[in-house]
Amino acid sequence: MAIELQPLEQFTIERLIPLHIGRLDVSYTNSALFMTIAVVLISALMLLGTRRAALVPGRWQSVAEMMYEFVADMVDTNAGHGARDFFPFVFTLFLFILFSNLIGLVPYSFTVTSHIIVTFALAAIVFIGVTIVGIVRHGFHFLRLFVPEGVPIVLLFLLVPIELLSYFIRPFTLSIRLFANMLAGHTMLAIFGGFAASVGFLAFFPLAINIALVGLELLVAVLQAYVFAILTCLYLRDALHLH
Amino acid sequence: MVRAVPAVAAGMSGIALPKMSDSGPPDPLARLGERLDKARARRGNDPSVSEPDNAALQQGAGLGFRIGIEFVVAVVVGTGLGWAIDRWLGTRPWGTIVLFFLGVGAGMLSVYRAVAGMKIPVGSRTLDKIGSSRSAKDKWDDDEE
Repeated sequence: MAIELQPLEQFTIERLIPLHIGRLDVSYTNSALFMTIAVVLISALMLLGTRRAALVPGRWQSVAEMMYEFVADMVDTNAGHGARDFFPFVFTLFLFILFSNLIGLVPYSFTVTSHIIVTFALAAIVFIGVTIVGIVRHGFHFLRLFVPEGVPIVLLFLLVPIELLSYFIRPFTLSIRLFANMLAGHTMLAIFGGFAASVGFLAFFPLAINIALVGLELLVAVLQAYVFAILTCLYLRDALHLH
Repeated sequence: MVRAVPAVAAGMSGIALPKMSDSGPPDPLARLGERLDKARARRGNDPSVSEPDNAALQQGAGLGFRIGIEFVVAVVVGTGLGWAIDRWLGTRPWGTIVLFFLGVGAGMLSVYRAVAGMKIPVGSRTLDKIGSSRSAKDKWDDDEE
């Protein structure tokens, strides 16, 4: 019974290659390592999948094409007319989050997206980028986004602040949703894993729960990447086509 | 170029490809088409029938995950912003109070939008307008050509 439960230990950041520029700590951490792994795997899948493009796709080409079609369809239906320019961005974002989530489910690996700073950075890129796109496309008219149609002027004093707030909340909801899902799921897995290690021959029960949880986490990993990408598309549509 | 290849892959699920000629060696594409047809017949009916159900379920789950966080974050961010403004301008407690209620309002708005459909963005947009913007996909294909 000497086993201690440390379900949060898995989220520790470790400096693998300490590196300092001036007073800035830019060490290569385990988080950076798993980001690198994700990027390498994505590049490998895409490059190998499309290296010998055949009319009848092989296995890898099928996987690459399915992902391409899935995201292209998502951009088509959600971001609306003229959004194809942003397809590469959404595709990259989706694949990076998807692979980070899925790699995190491999035992002893590190889940990049379970850190709020990572998901917030991604969400901030989306938020700032979408705002810039809106301003470039529409100039001053972009502010019309915050003025609901057909509302009495008196009510606008109340509604415009609410709309503004709900616009500036976007990066927070976007990042917290992904981060909270990953953090909660992995903590739960670790807790039940810890139970299994400490209860001896009764370990069957927590293990059975863990098996079910891994299935659920697989769903969450894919779903959260999907939600992140589809919300990016919806935000893009707002910026491209004001109402 | 990349775009052309998936079209063939997608087409295979619906169309049985014809043989090039009856006398020559069988075309591998045609053989694949036949095998697909047989496999499909063995499964009973068209698998695409059950797909809408699945998609609806997936969307529902996504919606559930989304609205849970939406409200809480709106209130927390609103209150936090109010608190920060109070600290900055020394107007305690008014900024916190006002922005708390604005946060609640924004949270309700987000939840309403999430429930009324993922397709409703920030800024009020009436439902029939959204219906008309759904045809944007058809226009899309036109300007590619």
